Amino acid sequence: MSSPILSVQNLTKRFGPAASPVVHEVSFEVEDGEIFSILGPSGCGKTTTLRCVAGFEEASAGTIAVRDQTLSGPGVHVSPDARDVGIVFQNYALFPHLTVRENVAFGLNGASDAERTARAQEALEMVGLEGFEDRRPQHLSGGQQQRVALARTLAPEPDLLLLDEPFSNLDALLRQETRQEVRELLKSKGMSAVFVTHNQEEALSFADRLAVMRGGQLDQIGTPEEVYYQPRTLFVAQFLGRTNLLLSQAAGPEADTPLGRVGLNEPAEGTVLVSMRPEHLALEAPETSEGTVGTVVGRAFKGHDITYRVCCEGSEYLVHTDNRQFHEPGDTVAVRPLEPAVVLESRSTPAEVPSGATPEPEPEE
Amino acid sequence: MTGARVLDTIRDRWYVAIPVAVAVGGVLIPLVYLLLRAFQADPATLWDLVVRGRTLRLLGNTVGLTVGVLVGTSVLALPLAWLTTRTALPGRRLLTLLGVLPLAVPGYVMAYALMATTGEYGTLAQTLGLVVPRLSGYVGAWMALSLSTFPYLFLNLRTAFLGLDSSLEESAQALGRGRWRVFVQVVLPQLRPAFLSGGLLVALHVLGDFGVVSLMRYDTFSYALYIQYAASYDRIYAACLALMLLVLTGAILLLEARLLKGLLFHRTESGAGRTAAQYRLGPWRWAGYAFAAGVAGLSVLLPAGTVGYWMADSTASGLPWASLGAALWDSVSASAPAAVLAALLALPVAYLGVRHPSNWTRVVERVAYLGYATPPLAFALALIVFSLGAVPFAYQTLGLLVMAYALHFMAEAVGPVRSALYQAPPHLEEAARSLGRSPLGAFVSVTFPLVRRGLLVSMAFVFLSAMKELPLTFLLAPIGFETLALNTWSYAEEAMFGQAAPYALTIMFVSALFVGVLLLRERATEHPASAERA
Repeated sequence: MSSPILSVQNLTKRFGPAASPVVHEVSFEVEDGEIFSILGPSGCGKTTTLRCVAGFEEASAGTIAVRDQTLSGPGVHVSPDARDVGIVFQNYALFPHLTVRENVAFGLNGASDAERTARAQEALEMVGLEGFEDRRPQHLSGGQQQRVALARTLAPEPDLLLLDEPFSNLDALLRQETRQEVRELLKSKGMSAVFVTHNQEEALSFADRLAVMRGGQLDQIGTPEEVYYQPRTLFVAQFLGRTNLLLSQAAGPEADTPLGRVGLNEPAEGTVLVSMRPEHLALEAPETSEGTVGTVVGRAFKGHDITYRVCCEGSEYLVHTDNRQFHEPGDTVAVRPLEPAVVLESRSTPAEVPSGATPEPEPEE
Repeated sequence: MTGARVLDTIRDRWYVAIPVAVAVGGVLIPLVYLLLRAFQADPATLWDLVVRGRTLRLLGNTVGLTVGVLVGTSVLALPLAWLTTRTALPGRRLLTLLGVLPLAVPGYVMAYALMATTGEYGTLAQTLGLVVPRLSGYVGAWMALSLSTFPYLFLNLRTAFLGLDSSLEESAQALGRGRWRVFVQVVLPQLRPAFLSGGLLVALHVLGDFGVVSLMRYDTFSYALYIQYAASYDRIYAACLALMLLVLTGAILLLEARLLKGLLFHRTESGAGRTAAQYRLGPWRWAGYAFAAGVAGLSVLLPAGTVGYWMADSTASGLPWASLGAALWDSVSASAPAAVLAALLALPVAYLGVRHPSNWTRVVERVAYLGYATPPLAFALALIVFSLGAVPFAYQTLGLLVMAYALHFMAEAVGPVRSALYQAPPHLEEAARSLGRSPLGAFVSVTFPLVRRGLLVSMAFVFLSAMKELPLTFLLAPIGFETLALNTWSYAEEAMFGQAAPYALTIMFVSALFVGVLLLRERATEHPASAERA
């Protein structure tokens, strides 16, 4: 494989010499044509990381290189205007005193007027906004503003595209559609992009690979499937959706869990915390099943599937089933694991975490 | 912070360091110089000058006038603010305009109008044969100042009334309180911050006033200072008076800050989306109209009518076109450069305050208000003493006058630039940077076009304020310099009401423009075009 388009090594950023770092020794690489997402709760340092890559913030330590050219490093800080890096802001930052065409042509320095107009036109066609050239950005809808911002950033053909929560200002319906469009556009142009979000669903569906960030550090980097099904830490397991935590006694490839003996994704010894996603559990008839017997205490019907809350030995577990399985609260059922459980790293797993379903993640603004 | 870090900060923000140095230095250096000069005198002499019955009388008169005007403006402003916000009175917009229009009548024009109306030769005597004693002294100064400054309180109270959370009143009513008790126990306490900030403006105007007390010959610190300067020029005593006036101003600023601090602490975030209920007055509305008509009659119609009446008198004897033209030109030649200078000083200060808000930058913004709060007569005297002693070539030059205007009115320039900067969020400059613009290029191509309107409004404010400014002009104008304000005042001082009229009329016209700009701006901030909300 060719060298990565973006390489961030041991990036550290603190605001003030005595302050604790907002970003601490963060390293990751983005391959050519890849869409990479940094996912984390607000205040985790993801936006600061992005702003370091864009050059708005000076890195306190570590290096940032694009196409093997060092942009930030010891004694080096290339200013934002000298980096071939484009950024789309959360609020789009369209210039209100310029028309849509002037906005898109803004970054095309050094070209003739005719060429600037032509390239701006091309960029606007690319995002499907022909006919709006002479409007002011204020007179466009949120989705259209978002596309102008994208066209403006893509027009100078940057090496790398940075997106800071670009979909969070759109309403839910438009968000999904726009996300799909933007992803197809970036893929068709072979653009490399780094994308920052606090929305796990957005990161999972938009990114080729993602990094989960917490407290200034990356907990895990991987494909959406890896990160979702093989979370490395308790935080990652909880942040990417609801799951069941089981305090277990591991012996090599298997462990004794409150839901019986289960295979592990990797060998372990002693007391471990393991995660089991609700869709990896099944409900069966207690008479014929080897699973742990429990009582249904709650049911949430979601159309395409059903989530049951089942109480086994004092702890509640979540189980996703398809909508053909029907139980009433109070029914006795058996819970059986379908897949190996995932061992969570001990660094972030205090032994006092109770077994059972994790709480609903805090909704963010 | 160590010295090296302070130096670094200054080097990084040199664009702010320069105007801040000019604003702080320009105001503080002359004042400190004045202080030093006063202390050069023999301590015993100094003691005799300060500690004596006359000082006590001046203090009593100054404080008495300030308190009286605060009461007077409250009596005018509170009912008018209530009528225009909390009642369904038809014609509320017109009443609001009437509450703002007196801003077009500077205190000395109001004093002139009161003097020209009363007395043996006054308008009343000439038209109706009604001879009342000519207004002067405490009553005259109190009336002129109350009638010309109440809009400051009115505007603050109006904003506060509009921001009241109606649910508080409704819960008080539900708890069994009658309307009147709800007003006294719930509404009035919530208006305290507005009373304080509006009252502070009124008090600063009274303390800094020179035109009214000199025309009404009421013995306050400002008047005594003027007498010292005009008649027996005792430099040491004048410096002492100026310093005592400064101390009094400082005490009022501290008092206000203390009172306000406790109040703001208790105020909760007002998320009130609902507008408060509006009372129907029924037959009482005639009382409302009568009150508004009385206020408007005294504060707007009286000065306009008086000036008009004497204008006719003046026209009969031929209008002094040449002198009027010269005065207008002199006023403009000092006010226009001051407006540009004030806006240039305000831009970096506002920029720093908006883009890098911190305790440090709040201090910097406060600096802009230093010149505004300093009583102009004391400031002008300090500038004279300083320029005579340290930079004699600057004494009685247009440059010094322009500088004084700019420092005094800089505070008026900061506001509009600051609001404009909020329309140009930092992300815009960052976007321009990542699209290949240098820091300066990004500012010029993105931020500057967006704050240009704000800068123009700033300049308009300062220009129009400087056009009607009296005390700074009186003390600092070059020899032979005659401005509209100076001529109005000096003719009125000699009871030559006919001669004063053309100048007063021009002043009122210029001030009306000021009010026009103010109202346009209010409307722009109250109803931002839906397109600009984005």
